[in-house]
Amino acid sequence: MSSVTRVKLLVGYGAASAFLLCAPLFLNDFRLNLLAKFLAFAIVAIGLDLLWGYTGILSLGHGVFFGIGAYAMAMYLKLEASGGKLPDFMNWSGLTQLPWFWKPFEYFWFAFPMGILLPALLALMLGFFTFRNRIRGVYFTILTQALVIITVTLFVGQQAYTGGTNGVTGFKTLFGFSLASQDTKNVLYFVTVAFLVVTFLLCQALVRSRFGKVLKAIRDGENRVRFIGYNPAAYQMVAFGISAGLAGLAGMLFVLHVGIISPSMMAIVPSIEMVLWVAVGGRGTIAGAAFGAVFMNTAKSLFSENYPEVWLYFVGGLFVAVVIFLPKGILGLFPKGPELLAGGGKSSSGFRRSVAGWVSGRKRKEENA
Amino acid sequence: MDVILLQIFNGLSVSSILLLIALGLAITFGLMKVINMAHGELIMIGAYATYVTQNLFMEYMPASSFGWYFITAIPVSFIVAFVFGFVLEGVLIRFLYGRPLDSLLATWGIGMILQQLARTLFGAPNVGVKSPEWLNGGWAVTEGLVLPYKRLFIIGLVAVCLLCMFVYIYRSHTGRRMRAVMQNREMASCLGISTRRVDAMTFAVGSGIAGIAGCALTLLGPIGPAIGTYYIIDAFMVVVLGGVGKLVGTVAGALGIGLTNTLFEYWTTASLGKVLVFLLIVAFLQWRPMGLVAVRSRSLDS
Repeated sequence: MSSVTRVKLLVGYGAASAFLLCAPLFLNDFRLNLLAKFLAFAIVAIGLDLLWGYTGILSLGHGVFFGIGAYAMAMYLKLEASGGKLPDFMNWSGLTQLPWFWKPFEYFWFAFPMGILLPALLALMLGFFTFRNRIRGVYFTILTQALVIITVTLFVGQQAYTGGTNGVTGFKTLFGFSLASQDTKNVLYFVTVAFLVVTFLLCQALVRSRFGKVLKAIRDGENRVRFIGYNPAAYQMVAFGISAGLAGLAGMLFVLHVGIISPSMMAIVPSIEMVLWVAVGGRGTIAGAAFGAVFMNTAKSLFSENYPEVWLYFVGGLFVAVVIFLPKGILGLFPKGPELLAGGGKSSSGFRRSVAGWVSGRKRKEENA
Repeated sequence: MDVILLQIFNGLSVSSILLLIALGLAITFGLMKVINMAHGELIMIGAYATYVTQNLFMEYMPASSFGWYFITAIPVSFIVAFVFGFVLEGVLIRFLYGRPLDSLLATWGIGMILQQLARTLFGAPNVGVKSPEWLNGGWAVTEGLVLPYKRLFIIGLVAVCLLCMFVYIYRSHTGRRMRAVMQNREMASCLGISTRRVDAMTFAVGSGIAGIAGCALTLLGPIGPAIGTYYIIDAFMVVVLGGVGKLVGTVAGALGIGLTNTLFEYWTTASLGKVLVFLLIVAFLQWRPMGLVAVRSRSLDS
């Protein structure tokens, strides 16, 4: 990467961070809350891009991981709001005692790590049973969709433990600070920005590392990576796990901003929308995924406030247009945009040439797809 | 005893619907490696075609012939969905061959547009379709065991469709070409088969079957813009479980999922039953990753 492009990139990132830090100054409270939500979504998008854009595995089940993280945080908040008593929806459903798996969520030091670890573990398990047997591509994608369906039915069905269709809501405080107060909301906004920046830097470092290069090699030619002696399944599992953990983190932040989580927020449609964010922003670039999430959600809230019906035609059309005309997303519109932001620049292409460069152009296209 | 028989019958009934939906999917997915997420919307199109047929009969035909509308609706919904599929293939799907995951996203977008279109045309609330008189009631086998005619009719309809598909795929000229393209596209093309035409035809036939599935679904309840989405994932699971490319696999997959689903839901609850079925499918794929029946091929990256 030449020094000029490096300076350009730094200026770009600097401007983006400056915008995020100054946002509370020029956005009203409602818009700031929306932006905070979108930034949480950007974290999911980054995780999803790590899996799809870099490893070539499309998961349509990230709503589940997002939801599990969100529920972990919601359980903590709910217990804090109930103040030692049984949460209201359990009362209605006829429970007399707090279920055993709710008990440890009384403590933040337990609930917060669980919000990341539980989705990651679930992903590792599913990954273990699928990638090890080389169930991949389309088959994997369909399995993740089935995961969404059964998780949603399970959450709706076990009303006494999960709040059913209504989900968990009615939170009041976090560490004793009122969630309704604007000061708390501002702090939470900055917390989200901090998490997003950390996620961004971590993932950027990850895709530039040796690990990230293997991921890209798996994307471009899984069998060839296997023949060299790597175990692609292990890499895929870890990528899936990290990706799911990030979705869980985003879910926790989402609950803090929105104050409710219900099964409908982890269903098929939100899960697929997450993929659209990545596709629109530009898959295979961390910055593109984050940008896509914020851009699409901003567009959605501006559009759908006024034209809810047109919006759906628009989203549908966008799916088609992006897939056919813009495989690299909006960032692909800029010359060299994706290459600049993909992470690794020239060094990765050297590695790619040596590992998976034998893959013919057509084959690569197929497996990227 | 009656309860067990009734459960088995319910399972068969669920399986038959799954099979009808998965048949179309298995063809498009198996032959062209296209994941058609808009398949559910083609089902919806078939259902609305039936609804429109019914309304036309009520409006223009003498009341005595109303009972015949459903028989008319079956070919009508097939043709409407067939034409839709043919157009869809021509304007969109053909750009997506060899890119299964991209096809998934693009067709999801199409599905969204079609759903919204249905909402604009027919309104968001569900509409009811009146079943013809001769399908009401049931066949009382014993005192406690009554099998509804509607479900029996659907099972029969599925059997007929299956038979037609079998003849089409394994006994006809076009079917043989289809299988040739499926197994080795380049070689088939070298031997003078127009793969373009085979693709278009196959996709359209798969869509037409989705239309029939939609027609059958109108017997079971009201229809709405989202009617297809309820079944689509289950149908995909049938295809994954059964293996791609053979009719037998799809039949076995549908029977397996339909029967175990009913069984588990009877033993446990509806939500736990679904989880158990999913776990079973994943466990099964450990043993046979390519599904129950898979066409063997020597290609490494298939």
